[in-house]
Amino acid sequence: MELICPAGTPAAFREAVDAGADAVYCGFRDETNARNFPGLNFSRDELKAAIAYARQHGAMTFVAINTFMRAGREKLWHEAVDDAVRLGADAVILADFGLMAYTAERYPEQRLHVSVQASASNADAVNFLVETFRAKRVVLPRILTIPDLARLAKQIRCEIEVFVFGGLCVMAEGRCSLSSYATGKSPNMNGVCSPASHVRYREDGCELVSELGDYTINRFPAGEAAGYPTLCKGRFNVADERGYAFEDPVSLDVMDHVDLLREAGVSALKIEGRQRGKAYVAEVVSVMRRALAANAADRPALISRLRLLSEGQRTTSGAYEKRWR
Amino acid sequence: MTVSSAMAVPLRLIPIPAIERATRLVFSHVMARHPGLFDRLGDYAHKRYGFIPSDLPVGFLVEPGKGRISVHRKPDLPPTDAAVTGGFVLLLGLLEGRLDGDAVFFSRDLTVTGDMEAMLALRNALDDCNIDLPSDIGSLAGPFAPLVRRAASEIRSRVLPREAGQWN
Repeated sequence: MELICPAGTPAAFREAVDAGADAVYCGFRDETNARNFPGLNFSRDELKAAIAYARQHGAMTFVAINTFMRAGREKLWHEAVDDAVRLGADAVILADFGLMAYTAERYPEQRLHVSVQASASNADAVNFLVETFRAKRVVLPRILTIPDLARLAKQIRCEIEVFVFGGLCVMAEGRCSLSSYATGKSPNMNGVCSPASHVRYREDGCELVSELGDYTINRFPAGEAAGYPTLCKGRFNVADERGYAFEDPVSLDVMDHVDLLREAGVSALKIEGRQRGKAYVAEVVSVMRRALAANAADRPALISRLRLLSEGQRTTSGAYEKRWR
Repeated sequence: MTVSSAMAVPLRLIPIPAIERATRLVFSHVMARHPGLFDRLGDYAHKRYGFIPSDLPVGFLVEPGKGRISVHRKPDLPPTDAAVTGGFVLLLGLLEGRLDGDAVFFSRDLTVTGDMEAMLALRNALDDCNIDLPSDIGSLAGPFAPLVRRAASEIRSRVLPREAGQWN
């Protein structure tokens, strides 16, 4: 199975390659990708240099152009595809069907991956994209169980890539409007979930209070690990109870199940975290590379050291090992 | 004795202008060696950033767009657009990109206040700069550069958390 690693900057890209990534995914410095954060991402020249660096070291470069085009501004997305192809991207990761059509028509030889943002999570949806746009791989959302993946793999005619470590989005990706509801900006249209422009942290006595727009997302007591101010991981008062209505502030880790993922027919394992620093990328990629080469019994000890780098300093296998209905 | 505790006492006694002169020398030298910082910062270069070591009696105000750094004795810190508070060594680790800012934030060893967008831009810009303080400071030392570089590297390897030193 391939190890697909994140890079938000050229420095992180080189760390990912050096640490043993089979492929590194990244995006341009604009709203065409779902990690459109300030100070992050690649200029055209930086991408060109990154692709060359990856090639020298036997790694691939995937370019995420995975937000949805806005009517009247399609040129921005078209140019992103044009430039990614011209610069030699090994694959483009797309979410918008219109952009997939553009790519398939203009660049029939270009390898096309279906972004998790496309929300293709059943056989009909995936096979439609394979037949219509010649998609070679689908990145599946983090809402399927491993048996779901195994069933799906038998029914679709492309490779499967799944997230195995990092930020845990618990929603139907590409369809979630929580960030948009609170801030007017979403990962789908603007490339930002819970944008920093709307985030405030403040101390209130011993508590750390996180706010998103006009909403209080969480109050962390002294000593409790903090998390991102995303609505889906907020602590709310529901009826008479105060707690996490959707999901706790935790990160994904399914490396304990990597053999089951292989048996299920998964081709590639994806690490989330283009918004994280190069220290995180280097550490996580090198540990994951070692974990993939290790025996199943040795993996937990290797992976456990990554827990402190994770949101809330806790990890979960999420829906992959779903115990609820 | 930690680096911070060793520095805290003299920093209480040395006049601010003297601290500021030394800090400005290093700051302008580092800025000159890493011009890519400004490209990545964009408009956020014009924000006022506070760096407040929780274990030192002074704080730093950085205005990248003006190429300016000033030193202030606590608690008389000037207003900032965004500020980060944490241990001095930790702040240096973040400056060099040797520590992951999010992870340190999750652990509550770091506090960020004010304009999060500006602070995020600075974090990302710094992360891509590959600042290496022993090398940058060493290059100021003329014929003693190798000696200073080695000494600074040795200090860094002793004071940074063990995990941070392993990956590069």
